[in-house]
Amino acid sequence: MTAYLVSILIFASIYGFVALGLNIQWGLTGLINLGQVAFFAAGAYCAALATRAGLPFLLALVLAALISGALGAAVALFTPRLREDYLAIVTLGFSEFVRLIFLNEKWLAGGPDGIAGVPRPSTVPGLNSETSFLAIAAGLLAVAFWFSQRLARYPIGRTLRAIREDETVVASIGKSTLSYKTLAFVLGAALAGIGGALFASYLTYISPDMFGPNVSIYVLAAVLLGRQGSTLGTLAGTAVVALLLEGTRLLKDFITVVDGVQLAALRLMALGLALMVIVAIRYRPGRRA
Amino acid sequence: MSASDLLVANGLVAGYGEMQILHGIGLRLAQGEVVTVIGPNGCGKSTLLKTLIGIIHPTAGKIVLGGHDITSTQTRARLRVGLGYVPQVRNVFATMTTEENLLMGLVAIPGNVRERLEAVREILPTLSEYWNATAGRLSGGQQQIVALGRALMASPKVLLLDEPSAGLSPKATDEVFGHIRAISSQGGVGVVLVEQNAHKALAISDRCYVLAEGRNRLDGDAASIAANPEVGRIYLGAGDAADRP
Repeated sequence: MTAYLVSILIFASIYGFVALGLNIQWGLTGLINLGQVAFFAAGAYCAALATRAGLPFLLALVLAALISGALGAAVALFTPRLREDYLAIVTLGFSEFVRLIFLNEKWLAGGPDGIAGVPRPSTVPGLNSETSFLAIAAGLLAVAFWFSQRLARYPIGRTLRAIREDETVVASIGKSTLSYKTLAFVLGAALAGIGGALFASYLTYISPDMFGPNVSIYVLAAVLLGRQGSTLGTLAGTAVVALLLEGTRLLKDFITVVDGVQLAALRLMALGLALMVIVAIRYRPGRRA
Repeated sequence: MSASDLLVANGLVAGYGEMQILHGIGLRLAQGEVVTVIGPNGCGKSTLLKTLIGIIHPTAGKIVLGGHDITSTQTRARLRVGLGYVPQVRNVFATMTTEENLLMGLVAIPGNVRERLEAVREILPTLSEYWNATAGRLSGGQQQIVALGRALMASPKVLLLDEPSAGLSPKATDEVFGHIRAISSQGGVGVVLVEQNAHKALAISDRCYVLAEGRNRLDGDAASIAANPEVGRIYLGAGDAADRP
């Protein structure tokens, strides 16, 4: 049971990075990104390849952040005038584009078989492999949380919030909205890339089917749950989503009227329903989210 | 161009893509002067301001501020050399407080941020009443004052104001116009004021330009423009005495 709880916390920490990244892009800046999983996948593959090639874990993390950040910059520069639903469609398409590349590229990414044997970081003295990984993931997440908090309070964060409200007014006060939007995409993608690196390292195996659009929806749900733009809320939302997704696996011991496959579907339906209720209540017209 | 001219625009030709709105408009403004631009809808008043601030770049003509040609510079550079701009309606960041809105107006100018905030608070004392309030919860008049304050954060020499009375009650309009006149006469800031509410705008202005179809139609001191029967009939709604100050 403890091992299972540790596992849930590790997944919550990993998805915490992806959600914090989305919170910078969508929560702060208002850029609806339904393809956050693409940056998560890029980070995972980058770290997997780097650590398998013998690079230290920390360097692999940095590389994952850089590669994912560069991808984020490419998306931002490719979509400078897109907002809301159009940007959502483009980013969703982009994430599938990235996944299909990993699915079909066999020389480097291993095609549908993915990459196995991804090394884990060295164990923290005095801890077992799982709790050590949790300590590393949670420690790094704490740094990411601190960074996100500072960002939101600094003038850069204020400008990102201003872009979310009215891009035209921001442009009229002499600020380059393209630069700030690109920055938001880069930072958000880099955080997702770090999450991906941790994901690959924790599971020691990755394949393209792990990076479907559902991951983007989970992190979107986390940001929605926590309140758009709130860093602490995003982490709380991530914990709730992780608990809903992973914790409900235990229900199979108590609910016997449905089989395992049906229960898995019911869990996703519960998450979908929770999302609908939250959006309907929290984001109704005339109410501040 | 006379020695006292702070802002001079000559022969401005500009528009949106293929659609040309300004057909050679000219304008000049001295320090501490309020100049109102009036004209019918679609005559190019707002386009003129957007061209002066650099949101739209002219295909012909010249803009000179304080003796420096700024025609080909970007908006940020123009803000740095002393232009300030308040766009028409929805010009505050609704979820930010008054203070945060003001901080958004900072450009890279030397000086202490707190001192700058205090200086703007001195110019617009009513800001203190809703300093920590979210701008979206303020009245239209208060939002206009916040927008004015944001523009003042960059210590402008010239303020470009696009219909500051739009959507305001007569009382709020009087308050906003009172602030504009004070900013100009006490702070020495030149103001270009684009307005539909011509009567009230002319009452606080030194001079006026009348535009028609993207061209200069008339210009002169505010009192003579207000007394001009043609302007009164076409643009000021002569006979609508109730609206007169």
